[in-house]
Amino acid sequence: MFSLVNPDGTVRDRLPISIEETKSLYADMVESRVYDHKSMALQRQGRIATYAPFEGQEGAQIGAAAALRSDDWVAGTYRDAALMWKAGYPWDLMVLGRTGDERGGAPPEGVNVLPACLTVGGHMIHAVGLAWAEKLKGSDRIAFTSFGDGATSEGDFHEAMNFAAVYELPVVFFCQNNQFAISYPRSEQTRSQSIAAKAEGYGMPGVQVDGNDVIGVLTTVTEAVAGAREGEGPSFIEAITYRMGPHTTADDPDRYRDDTDAEDWAAKDPLLRVRLLLEKAGGWSPEWQAELESTAGERIEEAVATAEAVAEPTVGEMIGRVFAQPTDALLAQLAEAEE
Amino acid sequence: MSVVTLAQALNGGLDLALEKDPNVVLLGEDIGRTGGVFRITDGLREKYGEDRVFDTPVAESGIVGAALGMAIAGLKPVAEIQFLGFSYPAYDQIINHVARMRNRSAHRFTVPMVIRIPFGGGIGAAEHHSESTESIYAHVPGLKVVVPSTPADAKGLLLAAIEDPDPVLLLEPIRLYRAVKEEVDEGDYTTPIGPIRVERSGDDITLFSWGAMMKETRAAAAVLEDDGVSVEVIDIRTLSPLDRDGIAASVEKTGRAVIIHEAPLTAGFGGEIAAVLAERALYSLKAPVRRVTGWDTVFPLKRSESHYLPGVDRIVHAARDILEG
Repeated sequence: MFSLVNPDGTVRDRLPISIEETKSLYADMVESRVYDHKSMALQRQGRIATYAPFEGQEGAQIGAAAALRSDDWVAGTYRDAALMWKAGYPWDLMVLGRTGDERGGAPPEGVNVLPACLTVGGHMIHAVGLAWAEKLKGSDRIAFTSFGDGATSEGDFHEAMNFAAVYELPVVFFCQNNQFAISYPRSEQTRSQSIAAKAEGYGMPGVQVDGNDVIGVLTTVTEAVAGAREGEGPSFIEAITYRMGPHTTADDPDRYRDDTDAEDWAAKDPLLRVRLLLEKAGGWSPEWQAELESTAGERIEEAVATAEAVAEPTVGEMIGRVFAQPTDALLAQLAEAEE
Repeated sequence: MSVVTLAQALNGGLDLALEKDPNVVLLGEDIGRTGGVFRITDGLREKYGEDRVFDTPVAESGIVGAALGMAIAGLKPVAEIQFLGFSYPAYDQIINHVARMRNRSAHRFTVPMVIRIPFGGGIGAAEHHSESTESIYAHVPGLKVVVPSTPADAKGLLLAAIEDPDPVLLLEPIRLYRAVKEEVDEGDYTTPIGPIRVERSGDDITLFSWGAMMKETRAAAAVLEDDGVSVEVIDIRTLSPLDRDGIAASVEKTGRAVIIHEAPLTAGFGGEIAAVLAERALYSLKAPVRRVTGWDTVFPLKRSESHYLPGVDRIVHAARDILEG
């Protein structure tokens, strides 16, 4: 497993990025965690629907998204809010989506991030099609797709991996192995020695990286993205990480998870190690931490306010979203609904 | 104009689409080197190259899901699934993604793609090769479903489907691929998705059908005309969006309706048409609406096909029943 920064903040090898860049990644992780905590609170208050927290996976998500170009395609899941945000998807739209509003699924023009996929594994093949189109158009835009360990058991995972390899498409497959598919542990998900090992069967490179090491992830994904962009075809990355929270606000991890595991992983927190690293380099102080948290808090509050200020959706918008032009039947149903 | 089969008309339509729009690509199992199991894409890979016409691995969900990604990124993919009975692995992609991406992204990402699928029985094919499960697709919001029964409509609906900003499922009647011929415009034209086609105008009774069963429906109409009955024959040709006005208008005139389809009766699409008549034309009805359909059985193998497929006699019998009623 590739790794550059140890859980205690010591460094295994020369870092490929500066302290300033490291601080920036750290700030992004802090902001993401603030969003995650805020979202859990909003759900408890009944202000958003079911929420799937990513706490513990910030290193994987921020590190990966930092390796992408702003116009690359991203197809991720309901647990990828930090990744999607870092790739350009605004927080307020993410919150809007979680309030139960399809308009949250429309990122601004130029942000090529698909709305989060909720069927497990259904979106990896979409990234394949996106990459296929870019290759046929002769562009150097790549497609990045993120998914969990559970998704690798879906049939669509196989079809996506196979198509990407057969047509030598610029796709980066990024598996966040967070050890659980809801309650089902990684050890039972597959008898394969590793998830990354599966890549070999498709004829593409597969590597493991410490998903809680944001700089290690950034380095690994940068290399995969460069390969894809330069015509070397697809590759697969298994980022080993841990979901510190529940699957969603609707389950209780105490039913399927050991406390000791959770404690071990808490010591491997992706934010903690960067903080320790920066501390040693003189790049961290309690004041800066407080400033980061307060700035992030303000931004997230603003995003929530923006989302909550969006006017109630109309029945006309709902009916108007089915096709480019509503059919006669839909127009008749609209008239009936508005009566 | 030249006289062509339904299969040739589809091939001509795909040829034209590939020629006029560089964003059109075809993908599917065996569609390149062999021109597809029914040869609908014959010669197109040779003509337009391996970067326009793709043979794919055997993976229906993959074909449809990849086509969705292509469509979002600006191409106009036309995917082929070999038989309707093999489309079910792709059903998840169709119902959960293809048909919903516009809704999920509030119009930000759209899926202008076509899925072509040969369907229906009557050719003595193996199990799973004769399905008529169109109603499970017509029930999906966000998906248009068209079913041509003539060469001219096949080409026109195909080109309309390719131009459509939303996903369209094109169901091609296997039994008619080479059984019907007519003059087809060699140029570029579209047949609008939606409106029914009144194939024959009449005053006493309306026969509604689509796809391969149009053949028996036409034959039944001829028998009834010989009896002196004035028969209206309507090719529904678009199941979704359904031309409710056209359906109701016909029965407001004739007062009698027989709906004919190859799929099993229960929850078949004929029920939707009967419901339109109940809602919109009840007071014009002079007799109960009749459905002549396949039985509620699994589509049988070759030796029992004739037991299953609704024949001309059943249609004529149902029609006479309500005419005499």
